[in-house]
Amino acid sequence: MLQYALKRSVLALLVALTVSLVCFLLVNLSTDVATAMAGEGATAEAIDSIRKQYGFDRPLVVRYFDWLGHAAMGNFGDSLYFRTPVSALVAERMPTTMILGTAAIAFALLLSIPLGVLAALKPNSWVDRLTLTIAVIGQAMPTFWFALLLMFLFGVTLKVLPISGSDTWQHFILPSIALGYYATPAIMRLTRSGMLEVLESDYIRTARAKGLRNASVLFKHALRNAVAPVVALAAVQLGFLLGGSVVIETVFALNGLGYLAWEAIVHNDFPVVQAVVLLISLVYIVLTLLSDVANAWLDPRIRIG
Amino acid sequence: MPAYRTLLPAALLAAAAAFVQPAEAGKRDNTLRVAFDQVPESIDAYFNNIRAGVILAHHIWDHLVYRDPKTNEYKPSLATAWRQVDDTTLEFDLRRGVKFHNGEPFDADDVVYTLNFVSKPENKSTTQQNVNWIAGADKIDQYKVRIRTKKPFPAAIEYLAGPLVMYPNEYYAKVGPKGMSEKPVGTGPYMVTEYQPGRLIRMKRNPDYFKDSPKPRATIENIDVRLIPDRNTQAAELMGGGLDWIYNVEPDMAKQLKGVPNLSVASGESMRIAFIQMATDEKSPTPVLKDIRVRKAINHAIDRPAMLKTVVGETARVLHTVCFPAQFGCSDEGALRYAYDPAKAKALLAEAGYANGFDIDFYAYRDRQQIEAIIGYLRAVGIRANLRFMQFVAYRDAVREHKAGFGVATWGSFSVNDVSASTPVYFKFEADDVNRDQQVRDLLDAGDTSVKPAVRQVAYKNALKRIAEQAYAAPLYSLPVNYGFTKDLAFQPYPDELPRLWEARWK
Repeated sequence: MLQYALKRSVLALLVALTVSLVCFLLVNLSTDVATAMAGEGATAEAIDSIRKQYGFDRPLVVRYFDWLGHAAMGNFGDSLYFRTPVSALVAERMPTTMILGTAAIAFALLLSIPLGVLAALKPNSWVDRLTLTIAVIGQAMPTFWFALLLMFLFGVTLKVLPISGSDTWQHFILPSIALGYYATPAIMRLTRSGMLEVLESDYIRTARAKGLRNASVLFKHALRNAVAPVVALAAVQLGFLLGGSVVIETVFALNGLGYLAWEAIVHNDFPVVQAVVLLISLVYIVLTLLSDVANAWLDPRIRIG
Repeated sequence: MPAYRTLLPAALLAAAAAFVQPAEAGKRDNTLRVAFDQVPESIDAYFNNIRAGVILAHHIWDHLVYRDPKTNEYKPSLATAWRQVDDTTLEFDLRRGVKFHNGEPFDADDVVYTLNFVSKPENKSTTQQNVNWIAGADKIDQYKVRIRTKKPFPAAIEYLAGPLVMYPNEYYAKVGPKGMSEKPVGTGPYMVTEYQPGRLIRMKRNPDYFKDSPKPRATIENIDVRLIPDRNTQAAELMGGGLDWIYNVEPDMAKQLKGVPNLSVASGESMRIAFIQMATDEKSPTPVLKDIRVRKAINHAIDRPAMLKTVVGETARVLHTVCFPAQFGCSDEGALRYAYDPAKAKALLAEAGYANGFDIDFYAYRDRQQIEAIIGYLRAVGIRANLRFMQFVAYRDAVREHKAGFGVATWGSFSVNDVSASTPVYFKFEADDVNRDQQVRDLLDAGDTSVKPAVRQVAYKNALKRIAEQAYAAPLYSLPVNYGFTKDLAFQPYPDELPRLWEARWK
C-alpha cells in the first residue's frame, strides 16, 4: 500500500512540474510581457527599460528555474497590477473560492446521489429518462448562461436572493448551484451504474432473502458500496469546480481566486496568472492523488493490479 | 467576445423585463449604488491608467483648473487665476480657505510637492506622458506657484484640468502612493469612507466642500461603488434594484434596458475615436496599401453614416480626420472627404491593377459587430479582408512589430481635450506610426511646441489635411458610451467619457 502511495505521489509531482512548465511557457510565449506591462501608449524606450528592470532579457530557461525556485518557497513575486505580493493576494482570495467549491460539491452530491439512486431503482423508466435529461442539460448548458437564468429568476423576478457579491451566506447560494450543477451529471451517472451493479449482486439477494426491509437493503447495504467510487469522483470533480470558478466568480462578482485570475488575465498580470493556474492545478493534483490512494485503500485490486 | 455572449443575455433581459417590478432604488437612503467593471490597481490617481480610476479621481480630488464640459472653457478651481510668464513658465494664484478631507489646509506646498513628486521618473507614475512635460514646480509665496515645462507645452492647462489632481503634501509625504490608495485624501466633492480592494469603495459627500468650486454642489449623500466585472450581471442588478447606475452598457443591452419601465438609458458620445490604420512605411507588411489609389478606395468603400444608424449608435459622429472634433486643433476644414461610393472604390482598385480585388489580413480588438460590417463593405468592392480578432495588447504588439498593417485602432486620448494627445500618437514617428511621413511629423511638431494658439491651429490643420490627402488612414467615427440608470435619477452624460456623479440628483 505504501509503495503504491509513493508511486502515485512521484507521478503527481511529475504532473505538477509539467503543469508549472506549460503554464510558465504559455504565459511567456503568448505575449511580450514587457510590452504588456508598459500599457497603452508606452514608448519603445519605456518598454526596453521594463525588460531590463524585470530581467525579461534573460534566457527563458533561466527565468523558469528562477520562478520555480521562488514558487516552491511560496514566493510568487509581486503582482504587476496590484503591486502587492502575489502570495498575500492569493491568501486573501482563497477562502471565498474554497467556500464556493465546497458548497458547490455539496449541492452536487445532494442532488445527484438521490437522483442516481432513483434512476437505478427504476432503470429505463420515465424517472430514469428524466434524470438523464437533467444530466444532459447540466453537461450541455454553458455555466455563464445557467448562472444568468438563476440570477434573473431568483434575483430579478422573484427577488428572493442577492444577485451578486459575497457579503453574506445567501450570496453563495446561486453561485454554488450554478457551479455545482456542472458536476451533477457525472456523479449521478456513476451513482446509477454503481447502484445497478450492486443491486444485482448476490449479497443484496441474500439480504432480501433474509427478509430485510427494502429501505434497509437500499441504504445500509447497497448505497454504501455503490457510493465509494462516487466519493473518489467527487474529489476529482471538486478540482474541476475550482477551475470552473473563474467563470462563476466573475459572473457573480465573488471576490475569490477565479475572479483574481480573470482580473489578472485582463490586466496582463502574469505573475498572478501563473500562481493561480499553478495553485488550482496543484489542488486538483492533490485531490486526484488522495482519491487514488483512498480508492486503493478501499479496493485492494487497484493497488495490486 | 463571441456574439452569443451578448445576444443571448440581451434576449433574456427582454423576456425578464416583462416581469420586473419597480425597483427599491437608492433614493430612499440617499445612496447612489453604482458598478464599475474594472478594478483600479490603485486609487492613487497617478498610479492607475483605467477609466474607473479616472472617474474616481475627479470625485475625490480637485484640479488647479476645471474644464467646463458644456462649453469647454477653463474655469478657476483650486487656482483662481493663471498666466503664462514665458514660453515655459506658468504662474498660478491659489484659492484660500480650501481644506483637504483630513483638515489639512490647501496651499502652495501641496501643489509643489504633488507635481514634483509625480513628475520624477523614479517615482514611476503610471502614465508618464501625463507628467513628463513638467520640469518642476516652485513656491513663490503661500498662495502662488510657478510650473516650469521642459519645452513649450501649450496643452499644459488641459493636463492640469484632467489627469493632474492635487494632493495634501504632509499626508502624501507620510503615506506615499500606497497609503493614498488605501485611504485617499483630497479636496473633492466626495470623500472615501471605506475601501475594500477589488470589491467596494464607499464615498460620502464632503460637507465642507469649498463653495466657489466650479463643480456644482453634490446633493446625493453617499455613493457606493461596487466592482462587478460582468456587464450582464450589472444589468441584472440594475433591473433588480441592487444598483442605480451603470455605464459602458453594450448597444444590444442598452436597447433592451430601454424597454424596462423603471429604467432610463442615456447615450453620450465619447472622446474615443476609431479609424483604420494602413501601413505604408518601409517595413509595411501590406505593400498593397502603399498604393494611394488602394487607400482611397478603402476610404470610399465604407458607408459610415449607415454604420452609425445600425451598429455604432446615433450619438456617435462620422469623422473625416484622425482626432476628436472637440479637441483643440482638431479640424477637418479643407481636408479631403471620402464619400461612400463603392463604384468609385472599384474603379480606383481597377486602376491600381486590382480589378479582381485582393486578399488581406484585417486586425481588430473591439466592437466586433462594427468590424464585421466594415469587412462586409470591403468585400463588396473586392477587398477580401480576413479577420484577425485579438486582445488590445496583442493588436498593439502586432502593429508595432510590423506584423499587422491593416486594422482598426481606437484611441481615447486620456480625455485630454487637445489634439496633441491624439494625432501625434499615430503620426509622429512613435511606435504606433505606420506611415512615417516627414511632412506630417514636422507639422505636428510645430503644433505641439508652439504656445501661440493660432500657430498651433494652422500647423495641425495642415498636418490633418496632408493625412487626409494621402489617405494614410480611414477615419471612421467617435464611439458612444451608453449609461443605464434608475428613473429616479437625473443624470447628464458628457462627451469626455467622464460621468460626473456629483451633478446627479434624485428626481
